Amino acid sequence: MATIRISAPDTASKGEVIELKALIRHPMETGYRRGPNGKVIERDIIENFTCTYGGETVFEADLHPGIAANPIFTIYAKASKSGPIVFTWTDQSGESWSESHMLTVE
Amino acid sequence: MTRPTRALTFSRRSLLLAGAAGVSFAGFPLLAAAETDDAAEAIKRIFGDKPIEDGLVSVKLPPIAENGNSVAITVSVDSPMTTADHVSRIAIISPRNPIPEIAVFTLSPASGKAEVSTRIRMAGTQRIRAIAELSDGSLWQGSASTVVTLAACIVG
Repeated sequence: MATIRISAPDTASKGEVIELKALIRHPMETGYRRGPNGKVIERDIIENFTCTYGGETVFEADLHPGIAANPIFTIYAKASKSGPIVFTWTDQSGESWSESHMLTVE
Repeated sequence: MTRPTRALTFSRRSLLLAGAAGVSFAGFPLLAAAETDDAAEAIKRIFGDKPIEDGLVSVKLPPIAENGNSVAITVSVDSPMTTADHVSRIAIISPRNPIPEIAVFTLSPASGKAEVSTRIRMAGTQRIRAIAELSDGSLWQGSASTVVTLAACIVG
């Protein structure tokens, strides 16, 4: 299980633009590096990161090996109604990890 | 909303030419040509064959990065992010990495603010470009360069 760190406010006023930070522990192996035995280390990349808020997609990213290991994203969302903010990462083999954060809009 | 005009196009081209000439002088003419072609190809693959104007997009990178494996980047686009006028996509393109596409972001009016920060790998000193596609289909670009003392992908 990958370690996920989320930083997001618990409450926000309606219409406020909130900052969301999401980090996942992942090697993002490029497939260009060689290990100590001289063999190429196999490519292992998270290819998609999606953030939904109240069921609606707010942000989506297609990632390539040019993204550093343990990818972190700082993104923004406009608070409209109380609901879950869900962050989902999907790697090249289709395995996915997800984390949810509840936002209350006053 | 007023937008910058295309007055910069010519100077940018001459700059590119001057840059290419400089690199060929250093003895890698073929390599330099391949790099710029790769980046242009990648942009075409993502956005299609549309003109790109300079402006609206700003890229923030450190002036010097000691380690190319993790360089903080912030891309922001001057946009009101309303349903009628918002940024739909942002692509980060590297002219020097083995794969020119670094990331493609899809945004929506619900984003509220057209700004994304992340950390990227850089295989050497280069000028990173960010291209934004607005909801009306127009393309805008900005760039920033970083001097990388220890490149990614080579030493790992």
